Amino acid sequence: MTATLAARPPAPTIGFPNLLRSELTKLRSVRSTWWTAVFAALATIAVSVIICVQWRSNLLSGKDSLDGFDATLTSLNGLYLAQIAAGTLGVLVMSSEYGTGMIRATMAAVPQRRAVLAAKGVVFAGCTLLVGELLSFAGFAIGQAILSGAHASASLTDADALRATVGGGLYLTAVGLLGFGLGALIRHTAGALSAFFGILFASTVVVDLLPTSWRNALIDYMPANAGSQILTTVPTHSALGPWAGLGVLCGYAAAAIAVATVLITRRDV
Amino acid sequence: MIEARALSKYYGRTKAVDGLTFEVRPGIVTGFLGPNGAGKSTTMRLIMGLDEPSSGTVLVNGRRYAALRRPLHEVGAVLETGALHGGRSAYNHLLCLAQSNGIGRGRVAEVLELVGLTEVARRRAGAFSLGMRQRLGLAAALLGDPPVLLCDEPVNGLDPEGILWIRTLLRRLAAEGRTVFVSSHLMSEMALTADHLIVVGRGRLVADASTTEIIDRASTKSVVVRTPARGRLREALRAAGADVQSEPDALIVRGLAQESVGDLAARHGIAIHELHTRQPSLEEAFMKLTQDSVDFRTELVGAR
Repeated sequence: MTATLAARPPAPTIGFPNLLRSELTKLRSVRSTWWTAVFAALATIAVSVIICVQWRSNLLSGKDSLDGFDATLTSLNGLYLAQIAAGTLGVLVMSSEYGTGMIRATMAAVPQRRAVLAAKGVVFAGCTLLVGELLSFAGFAIGQAILSGAHASASLTDADALRATVGGGLYLTAVGLLGFGLGALIRHTAGALSAFFGILFASTVVVDLLPTSWRNALIDYMPANAGSQILTTVPTHSALGPWAGLGVLCGYAAAAIAVATVLITRRDV
Repeated sequence: MIEARALSKYYGRTKAVDGLTFEVRPGIVTGFLGPNGAGKSTTMRLIMGLDEPSSGTVLVNGRRYAALRRPLHEVGAVLETGALHGGRSAYNHLLCLAQSNGIGRGRVAEVLELVGLTEVARRRAGAFSLGMRQRLGLAAALLGDPPVLLCDEPVNGLDPEGILWIRTLLRRLAAEGRTVFVSSHLMSEMALTADHLIVVGRGRLVADASTTEIIDRASTKSVVVRTPARGRLREALRAAGADVQSEPDALIVRGLAQESVGDLAARHGIAIHELHTRQPSLEEAFMKLTQDSVDFRTELVGAR
């Protein structure tokens, strides 16, 4: 038997496609993935229906006017709820491995820790983008069908409406990657979730409390405010345009992922 | 083959592993023995590249773990039973690990069969008993049919049948020419499983020798003697240079053979009601070994 052990041909190195396959198996084989996807879907559709029905009745009764009305953004409002699911799943992708101890099996099988992190990020981002686009287009379609009853609907033939709807999936993905970076950095689910909610929501609240000049200088650059510019089709007060705003949100996510990438080889598993 | 050279790991001022140098050779089961907290798990993690050594090196098949090309084909590890996501099925747990190293689904089915988990492969691993988790851990370790196998406390939580099964499997794997390194805090288990022992205490090497040699050296025999004249016999034995301890209804004598104790009693005209030699249990031998680590270090290190 010694001979058969020694006679094994030299092993090729682990390829990145192998890691992607492995991470996809991991992502699809835990319930939290499916729960968060279901939550995101319900949130996107339900909020779109509720808000658009409200607007339609207000527009028809004359309580609201079309002046400054953003039909696209109105139908995409559910993404603000769905982003909680995207961020939570992003956090869990890494933190659940540390929480359960699975990370030791993972890193023992693949000692190239940065490649593991990259594969996880790519698989998570890809799946979130796919689901996010589906939800964004579904929210838009349902919302516009309702708003058309008040002759207030937008159409995807409008470049801004198309950009905002495609942007909805991108926005969810960017928020998810912020959660992913924080999960990889903090490694504890509760801590990473707190940081995620703190950065995404509490930051805006805190900045709102600052003296007016400081507040005005900072508020547009808070991650949620900046990123959500991609969903608008009517000019806003923000200093950032749609793509610049999304870029700022991506910057936050990239910063968290960059720090996690540096630390992952320096810390013990 | 695993080679550790002056391997150390400090957590702050705590020395979890303190200058360990040892070799684990193929073809035999090598036990890694020490009380809880002696640094066994930390050493395992250092071998696996999960923790970075504070100083020193450890090589697997002549290379650092991080330099292994497809680790599952080179080293299989049964780490702590917690190293899995409880929400994932046994099959998917093995599948995701297999895929990362380019191992196919067929092999996943094989190792499930090998450890007897085929029937429950689709159940959530979190619902498994400790014994089933150990089997799942072993299945993961065997995915790549590796020439080196590390097991951290593999018999923990197993019933007698499971212990026998794992002991037989480990011995078979070693007989196939693999390097098998098994940690345990149970001397009695290691005495049955391991051919060679590396004993650690408080992060330091206590002994590195064959199992029989370590048991012989660590076991000091004692003589149990029961007599109505305890005081007189104790005095006589001590005068003859023996170490005497009093138990409720007997004296425990070390440093004199059973015959000498009997002769001595006869010379003093002391009646003897019982006289026999007691072999210490393996656990006692082990306790003594790790407690008096300093004495045994000098005697046994390098004795092989």
